[in-house]
Parts: sequence; C-alpha cells; structure tokens
Amino acid sequence: MIFAEWKPLDELIDKLKIHRKVLLVGCATCVAECAAGGEKEVETLAPLLRMALKKQDHSIEIITATLEKQCEWEFVEQLAQQVAEVDAIMSIACGIGVQALAERFDPVVVYPGVNTSALTIREEAGLWAARCAACGDCILGETFGYCPVARCAKSLLNGPCGGTRKDGKCEVNEEVDCVWNLIVERADERGRLESLSKFKKAKDWSNSSHGGPKRVIREDLRQ
Amino acid sequence: MRMFVGSNLERRLAAGDFAVTAEVGPPRGPDPADVKKKAGILRGVADAYNVTDNQTAVVRMSSIAASKILLQEGLEPVMQIVCRDRNRIAIQSDLLGAWALGIRNVLCLSGDHQSAGAGGKLKGHPGAKNVYDIDSIQLISVVKGLRDGAVQEGGDSISPAAPFFIGAAWTPLGPPEKFRTIRLAKKINAGANFIQTQAVYDIKRFAEAVRRAEDMGLTDRAAILPGIIVPRSAGMLKYMNANVPGIEVPEEMIRRMKNAADPKIEGIEITLELIDAVKNLSGIKGVHLQAIEAEELLPDIIRSAGLLPRPRIY
Repeated sequence: MIFAEWKPLDELIDKLKIHRKVLLVGCATCVAECAAGGEKEVETLAPLLRMALKKQDHSIEIITATLEKQCEWEFVEQLAQQVAEVDAIMSIACGIGVQALAERFDPVVVYPGVNTSALTIREEAGLWAARCAACGDCILGETFGYCPVARCAKSLLNGPCGGTRKDGKCEVNEEVDCVWNLIVERADERGRLESLSKFKKAKDWSNSSHGGPKRVIREDLRQ
Repeated sequence: MRMFVGSNLERRLAAGDFAVTAEVGPPRGPDPADVKKKAGILRGVADAYNVTDNQTAVVRMSSIAASKILLQEGLEPVMQIVCRDRNRIAIQSDLLGAWALGIRNVLCLSGDHQSAGAGGKLKGHPGAKNVYDIDSIQLISVVKGLRDGAVQEGGDSISPAAPFFIGAAWTPLGPPEKFRTIRLAKKINAGANFIQTQAVYDIKRFAEAVRRAEDMGLTDRAAILPGIIVPRSAGMLKYMNANVPGIEVPEEMIRRMKNAADPKIEGIEITLELIDAVKNLSGIKGVHLQAIEAEELLPDIIRSAGLLPRPRIY
C-alpha cells in the first residue's frame, strides 16, 4: 500500500490559521490501511486541530469527509457541495489524492496533511516496511522474491555491500534486515546460490520517475 | 600478464614484489597544503596511495583533486570512486578527467550511506539524496569498458581509450560469508585487477577466506592486498569489532592492547605481526596500510616490516 503519516500538528496549524472554514478529507484506501488518513484518522485529527487552533485564538470551523478513493474522479465529485462552503481543504490522502482535489476544486487551496513516503506492507501490528520502489523494471524473479531496489539502502543489484552487520542487519539501520543477506539465505536454502554469481548490468531506470513524469496510454482502453 | 597502464602499482605487482599501498584521506577544507603535508610524510614509503572519496559520507576535498595534488608531489594515487554521489554520466566524465590529469589507478566502491556522516562529532548531510545509479560491480565494468572497449556504458565510443588499473574492495568476513567469495569473483570477472580488503585482524579466519578464493582461482587473476588499520587503543579495536561491519577482532588481541603498557607501541607491534602473517599467506600480493589521521606512524612501520626502501621500478 501507499504509506503516509501525519505531518507535525504545528505545521498543519500554521497553514490553517489564516482560513475561515476548512474541509478535512480522508481516503478509505491505502492511507486508511496505514492508519494515517482513513475515516477514523479524520475524526481523530479534526478535534485535535480544532483544539489547537482554539488555543491559539483562531476561530476556524473544520468540517470533515472521507472518500472511498480520493484518487478516482467519481468519488472526488462527491465533495462538490462541501467544498462550496469552505475556503481551504486539507487532505490526509496520499499525494495523488491531494492533487486530485487541487485539480478538481481549483482555485480552492488544498493542503497536504500527511507526508507520503513509501510503498509498504504491514509486517505486523503498527509496523510497516518498504517493499516496492516502483522502479519500472522488476527483478523479483531473479532475487528470490526480495526487492533490493526498495529494501537495500543503496539499491545494489549485485550483492551486499560491506555493510552487513554480524547479525545480518543493515549498517544504515540496526532494525532492518540486510535484504541481500535474506536473498543469499533463500538462494542457499533452495540450492541456487550460484544463480547470484551472474553479473547484473547497469539498470535502465528510464521506466521510473527518472525517465520523466510517468504517462501511460493504453489504446485498448481509449474508445 | 598483460600490462594495462604501467602504473607503479601495476608494475610492482607484475614484478611479483610484495606491494604496499597506504591511505591518504583528503582534508575537510580546501587547502592543498593539507594534502601536501601528508604527501611529505608518506613520500617513498608505498607504491601507491589511496585517496578516499568522501569517506563516511563526510564532505572532503574531491578524490580527483587530491589525487592530482599527490601526482604533483610525486606520489602515485589510487583514486577511490563511490557510487553514492554520482550517476554513470558524472562518474564517466570524472574518469575521463582523471585520466587526462594522469591518474591511472582507481578503486571502485559502493560508498558509505549518507546517514553515516552524522555519526560522531560531525553533522554531515543525512538529508542528502543519494544516487546509486550503478553499483560497485557495475562501476568496475564501466571502467573496464572505457579501458578495453573504448566505449561508454551507454554504448558510445571514446577515442582514445582511457586505460585504468582497476581496483575493488573485499569484505571476506562480512555476512553472508558464503557469498563473499562469489562476490569477489563477480568483481574480478567484471574487470577488477587488484583487491584491497576490509581491515584484517583475525588472521586465521582471513586465511580461510583467502584459501576459498584461491581454490576458485581468484588469487591468480587479481592481486589481493589485505587492509590493515594500525590499532591505537583497546577501545578502538573494541569499537571496530562491535560497530564496523566485516571487521573481526579476536578477543585476545583486544585484551593484549588493554594490558599493554604503551598501547601505541603495542599497536605498531600488532601491525608488524599482521603484515608478517599476511606476507606468508599464499595468494597475497601486498598490503594496504591505514593509520587514520596518524599517517606519521606509517614510515617507521613500513621500515620495521622490512619493506623499505621500496624497490625501484624500471
């Protein structure tokens, strides 16, 4: 899922304090899964913002909504009536949702309430970890199901750097597994360590953000 | 063996002499005098001198500039290149520039992650964006392409070719240990001619790793120079053992330093024993010495090890 987390409250207050009435909008998809931008978080954040704004003597009304998907126009449209009442929107969806609202409801200002940072899986309760870097050239079939692009701090493609700790963790973060250590272990378990001796040549990054903003046309879907 | 560039280091190794390389860390400021001072201390004691590339992700004078200063001072550099800060375009551009300046040895490394710069007393640049467009093994193959194929990574040709003597690193005792020899083989297959290793203190385990490399025929295809960092206190050894991945220090050595009347002398003694031990290992072609911010110790150490004067190269 797309992972996001709340921005610091002070930063949000700083943006909102100049407004009269604000619509706080969540999204029931990825950001709800990572407990940052779903309905529950909207209804938790709204009173916190009201309280903090009041404490600083700003009388600002905050109304709320949560869309099923903030990245789909048909759902975005559902906000039209509420947006007409406000002079600003704060979205706690991912950056895609924020931009959808900004585009549809121009010239109403839209602020992001979260920082979107990664494509993750929930490893266990309250713990998310990166799994995909959207690199545009998937090599999971050669790395035994572990992604070194997303999970190696240096995105190395030919094996681990010299920074694997004694316990198999990454030199950058002692809580994080060295993904190359995992790859080698799994390859070894399957008796296929030799397959990792093959040289992986320099990667073509052009099908990711490095190739310029992504734009895809599927002719079969354009009638 | 084919001669690629005829650098001091390459010819020394080709002659079958035990090679000595030492490390020269560039300064955190812009003063060439800092590099010249180290050059003055180390002139004549090694065959080539590694110039680090923003090691531990702390901003320092560029390895290309410091390498050029060494050349002007009559010392042969091994210019280190890390993959953290430059993409394949910038790295190749710098390689061409380095060649134009007379730099002939390079060492290809992944590089310390930018978060490393914020350790210790410095702030570093932990918020920096890293590059890692290519990894260290791909970098080796890029350098080999410029040398052997006169071709850039993207396929465009260059004229003339830019021949370098290509180095790589090896961390034989880092996990996953069973893969470390395979990784060494990948580096040598990609084009590495010489290998400088992570610091060695546990001779027994290092010797086993070298034996595995020898069994794969790797020690005949690239010259392995074990790294030795002059230990200066029990605390330093303990710290490296616990915190520097790939460095294994036997408990006994830490105890020995702790009980030493003069840890500085004991550290030199240990260094000499380590040099002697690796000299006697089959498949070892030299030694890579580091005395971090204590370069003045190296001339005496190298002399005491019987490695001075360096033989003249014809």
